[in-house]
Amino acid sequence: MSAVLSAHSLRKSYGDQVVVDDVSITLNKGECYGLLGPNGAGKTTTLRLMLGLIEPDGGELSLLGHAVPRHAREARLRVGVVPQVDNLDPDFTVTENLLVYGRYFGMKDNEIKARIPALLAFANLTHKRDVKIPTLSGGMKRRLTLARALVNDPDIIFLDEPTTGLDPQARHLIWQRLHELTVQGKTLLLTTHFMDEAERLCHRLAILDHGRMVAEDSPRELIAQHIEAQVVEVFGEQAEAWVHEHAAHYSDRYEVSGETAFCYVNDAQPLLKHLQAQHELRYLHRPANLEDVFLKLTGREMRE
Amino acid sequence: MSAHHFSPPRLSFRFFPIWRRHMLVWRKVAATSILGHIADPMIYLLGLGYGLGSLLPEMGGTSYMVFLAAGTVCYSTMNSASFEALYSGFSRMHEQRTWEAIMNTPVTLDDIVFAEMLWAASKSLLSGVTVLAVIWLLGLSHSPLSLWLIPLALLVGLCFSALGLIMTALAPSYDFFMYYFTLVVTPMMLLSGVFFPVTQLPPLWQNVASALPLTHAVNIARPLMMGVIPPNTLLHVAVLLGYMLCGFYVSLVLFRRRLSK
Repeated sequence: MSAVLSAHSLRKSYGDQVVVDDVSITLNKGECYGLLGPNGAGKTTTLRLMLGLIEPDGGELSLLGHAVPRHAREARLRVGVVPQVDNLDPDFTVTENLLVYGRYFGMKDNEIKARIPALLAFANLTHKRDVKIPTLSGGMKRRLTLARALVNDPDIIFLDEPTTGLDPQARHLIWQRLHELTVQGKTLLLTTHFMDEAERLCHRLAILDHGRMVAEDSPRELIAQHIEAQVVEVFGEQAEAWVHEHAAHYSDRYEVSGETAFCYVNDAQPLLKHLQAQHELRYLHRPANLEDVFLKLTGREMRE
Repeated sequence: MSAHHFSPPRLSFRFFPIWRRHMLVWRKVAATSILGHIADPMIYLLGLGYGLGSLLPEMGGTSYMVFLAAGTVCYSTMNSASFEALYSGFSRMHEQRTWEAIMNTPVTLDDIVFAEMLWAASKSLLSGVTVLAVIWLLGLSHSPLSLWLIPLALLVGLCFSALGLIMTALAPSYDFFMYYFTLVVTPMMLLSGVFFPVTQLPPLWQNVASALPLTHAVNIARPLMMGVIPPNTLLHVAVLLGYMLCGFYVSLVLFRRRLSK
């Protein structure tokens, strides 16, 4: 089976700044693949390269069997895109947005109109079909953007931070819909900086930092390979003093961030036993997750 | 700026759904839009035409009202095309991110810019034709040759849409467009023989005027309005076409650079 998308050694610089540095990714049919990274890691630029919207400085790229960017137009016939910033047509109703967007794919009006009821149902927007965009909530706009990306029945869907700015209810509904799409055999490529989103949705993911892929695997494997199994977070006024004396002794590895010490351990029992006797300290014991991997690989400094 | 920004335009029929999109938006505001097209040029035509016209026995071999009518068709077409290409075009590109949404489909930036030019020209054609209709109603022109002002308005519209798109491609914000209107559009209106013959200008300014596209439009429009076949029509049409082609290409190169970031 040929890959839905294969990128080999993609590179892109703006001036002296290398934004995408030797990125290679292969997507299989029906998989949900995540691009994780801090702000400015090159996630959106990678998506734009893959859509053929910008010219790479180097590398090979094939999308749905078409060489990109040379034949990007043919490839995009079978692609759906959910952009990071909403760009629905504010002058149109919900239905008109879908109709007008379908025409860009060369679809006939009756062909699009036949698809609209199912798209509206998928987006839970049937009752809003004749409403203008400015009156929709943020979650409704995202769902409509997702429905719009499906108007041409694409084989692969690119989603750039699909749930940023949504409340938990709206996020869960989007997640449910994205899961349904993978069950239907659609391939998804999404960027996010929500670790729970990536862990829940993605079959595989890549962590990007400064334009480079620093790790790639399933969420479970990334956690197993890159980090100790357990985390004990120790906090409280005395935490700093405690770290100096005991942290190194009781943990395989530890990091301090603000007033919290993150102690990474494979066996938490000795540390927990010790902490139970320290009444001035508070602590939280939990399994290691993707965020721990992410912070280990990309560091804790702020990215602006 | 890299080499592929300079490659020749690659156009396709996929521009048409974009033109239809703009049309659908416009249809929702058509009534107020047509009123806007007609009000401004009519105020100038009637105000200056009757007011100033009563003081002037004749101008360029005709009544001042008829003299002004031909110029009004041209400059209102220019204004309408410029406004659409600048303000509405910038809104679609920058504020509403409509272009970004369209570029994620099989439509390319070249198609989008072509559709913008064609749409702004379509709107300005409507503006020109509306003014023309009023001129006919007022009985200012009886010659069937004045029908040729309709294709002329389309050409003038294409020319100024293309030139306006250069500004849109360079604009950091809406404020930038004030420069274009105060430094380019308004002086052009005063220098191109809309309100008085170019021959009234000092020789240096006559030379400047002869390079301006609006002068060439007026030079075609005025004889037609008076029922005369304009001299040097081919030259004037060629100048307008030249401005259009250059404007379209330069704006396309600038848009490619701007949107490849």
